[in-house]
Amino acid sequence: MTKVRSDYVRPVDFKHGRVDMTHGGGGRAMAQLIEELFARAFSNEWLAQGNDNALFTVPAGRMVMATDSHVVSPLEFPGGDIGCLAVHGTINDVAMAGARPLYLAAGFILEEGFPLATLKRIVESMAAASREAGVPVITGDTKVVEQGKGDGLFITTTGLGVVPLGVEISGDRARAGDCILLSGTIGDHGVAIMSLRENLTFETTIRSDTAALHGLVAAMVEAVPTIRCLRDPTRGGLGTTLNEFARQSGVGMLIHESKIPVRAEVNAACEFLGLDPLYVANEGKLIAICPPEDADRLLAAMRAHPLGAEAAIIGEAVADAHGFVQMETSFGGRRVVDWLTGEQLPRIC
Amino acid sequence: MKYIEEFRDGELARRIATRIRAEAHPERSYNLMEFCGGHTHAISRYGIKDLLPGNVNMIHGPGCPVCVLPIGRIDNAIELATHHSAIVCTYADTMRVPASNGLSLMKAKARGADIRMVYSAADALRIAQDNPTREVVFFAIGFETTTPPTAIIIRQAQALGLTNFTVFCNHVLTPAAITHILESPEVRELGIVPLDGFIGPAHVSTVIGSQPYEYFAEEYQRPVVIAGFEPLDVMQAILMLVRQLNDGRAEVENEFTRAVTREGNEKAKRLVADVFELRRSFEWRGLGEVPYSALRIKGTYAAFDAERRFGIAYRSVADNKACECGAILRGVKKPTDCKVFGTVCTPENPIGSCMVSSEGACAAHYTYGRFKDIEVRAA
Repeated sequence: MTKVRSDYVRPVDFKHGRVDMTHGGGGRAMAQLIEELFARAFSNEWLAQGNDNALFTVPAGRMVMATDSHVVSPLEFPGGDIGCLAVHGTINDVAMAGARPLYLAAGFILEEGFPLATLKRIVESMAAASREAGVPVITGDTKVVEQGKGDGLFITTTGLGVVPLGVEISGDRARAGDCILLSGTIGDHGVAIMSLRENLTFETTIRSDTAALHGLVAAMVEAVPTIRCLRDPTRGGLGTTLNEFARQSGVGMLIHESKIPVRAEVNAACEFLGLDPLYVANEGKLIAICPPEDADRLLAAMRAHPLGAEAAIIGEAVADAHGFVQMETSFGGRRVVDWLTGEQLPRIC
Repeated sequence: MKYIEEFRDGELARRIATRIRAEAHPERSYNLMEFCGGHTHAISRYGIKDLLPGNVNMIHGPGCPVCVLPIGRIDNAIELATHHSAIVCTYADTMRVPASNGLSLMKAKARGADIRMVYSAADALRIAQDNPTREVVFFAIGFETTTPPTAIIIRQAQALGLTNFTVFCNHVLTPAAITHILESPEVRELGIVPLDGFIGPAHVSTVIGSQPYEYFAEEYQRPVVIAGFEPLDVMQAILMLVRQLNDGRAEVENEFTRAVTREGNEKAKRLVADVFELRRSFEWRGLGEVPYSALRIKGTYAAFDAERRFGIAYRSVADNKACECGAILRGVKKPTDCKVFGTVCTPENPIGSCMVSSEGACAAHYTYGRFKDIEVRAA
């Protein structure tokens, strides 16, 4: 990243300007965009060095790494945007190992013609999310693709974290008898996105639940280090994540419909869109599985945290070689909660 | 949720179930066909069969609009997009129905055809307005419920003077399908499919009313109870059918009075009559050619008829040999009677149309009920 002499440079027009091919060309325009937008927004000691990489000391312990590409449409939605989503999504993926997230890297793919004003708004939201989470973006990359070859903006983030000693969390550790806990209401993100789709606009007060969950995870791991599984039910929702656990662990699951928190507005929207809230995406919720004797303590720790205030024990793992996830319906019958077929909603995160 | 939760009350369901068990005579069986996919879905999703005594059997009917669409019609829609370079707009479920040559609308889209999923017919009209240089075709499917919206957009397109918008009409009629089932040899002569009564359509009946079913009840001596799509609606309708059969009655009763009248929606019926006319015959998947069972666009709206504009020639294509969708749609077989069910044919890779829509008998059983076929040890 070259320092550009401010005296001889016309500032980037963040009001009316648009991304053009020179912003990815490796020349002065690119350097200027990086300096005036990205480096300024994410401002930290690593970016200030201006290297193509970031150097840091590895703390003692086991490292965990996760990467996540974000292609959501629309880019801005009630409760968030692709920028904060890209920070939260990767922090959460790292945190679900019971880890403390340390650093993020971010790759931006911009489409020629994308308004710089929108880009600035999104990058600043992303920087705010990173600051709030205390996880800095320490290195990054920007590329520009020709008009028609992208959809405005794609963001890929990679995160690194460190797992405390003694914490062993993995999707294959659930055992029959374990309790399944959910940190709050499901379906908020998916419905918020859906409400803005151009051919579907409906009025709702639902906002995306996008949030960084590492604080909640830290509190949970501290209270109950024996947590066996943790995962954030994003695309595919609660139903899909439970099926993943069931397959990985070789157990069945039995959940109780009446215990799953769903907002009335989400239920209503799902009802008229023909969706099942069990499969609608979340961006600020997690599912935890722990031994039955620790469940109440874990629930109390979750409820004591603002992001887990509506947490509930929703079911238990059962011995079932077929790995079926079953639900006791409020109606009184039992049914399979199957893997999601195809996709319920396109491009939600 | 107001007006929804009331119809999913588990306590009330158990009370109705107790009544059904008490009133159903143990020495006879009650074979009831739910015509609509919406009922099939509710029965599977809420586990209604668990609540019924063993001698009350539910038979899935053909009322799933995606399931009854024959392969040839999907082929036609794909041709519109590939050979005529039209933007083809369609409801979501239609996207995955298998067509010839291993294609489906979704696979054709992946190969570059401009096929767009819409949530309402009005979206298709808007796409036509937004793309004045392109031909835009709305692939219209469904029973009487989705027909009035199609009629409206055709009239709107005419009022707007659109020259790039047409409708590929595949709307089908419920009463014709019910007659066809009752007239089928399996029911009439062979007695392979014992059919004692019908749960009549919910949404379809809001449009056509309860009156059209009076003919079946009278002519074929089969009771019909029109029911909503909520689980309690279905339970109540089953109880009403059991009572009619016990009394030896064959009447049309309306459980869904909160939405259905005897006459139906007069305005919608007038709209449909203005824009559409009966086809002499139409091929249904599973039922074959059914006389006077579908609609086409009237000559006065010929300019908006994709079949006329593009000279679409319908070619009947046989189903995959292993596929039992036809027999399943007629109520002759159950999904588990099909050799490819759950092995070759799954919701991810449907061979037959019943595995596509969530209203399809196979998809509903696969998704919600297949664990009942296997011994499962649960807590």
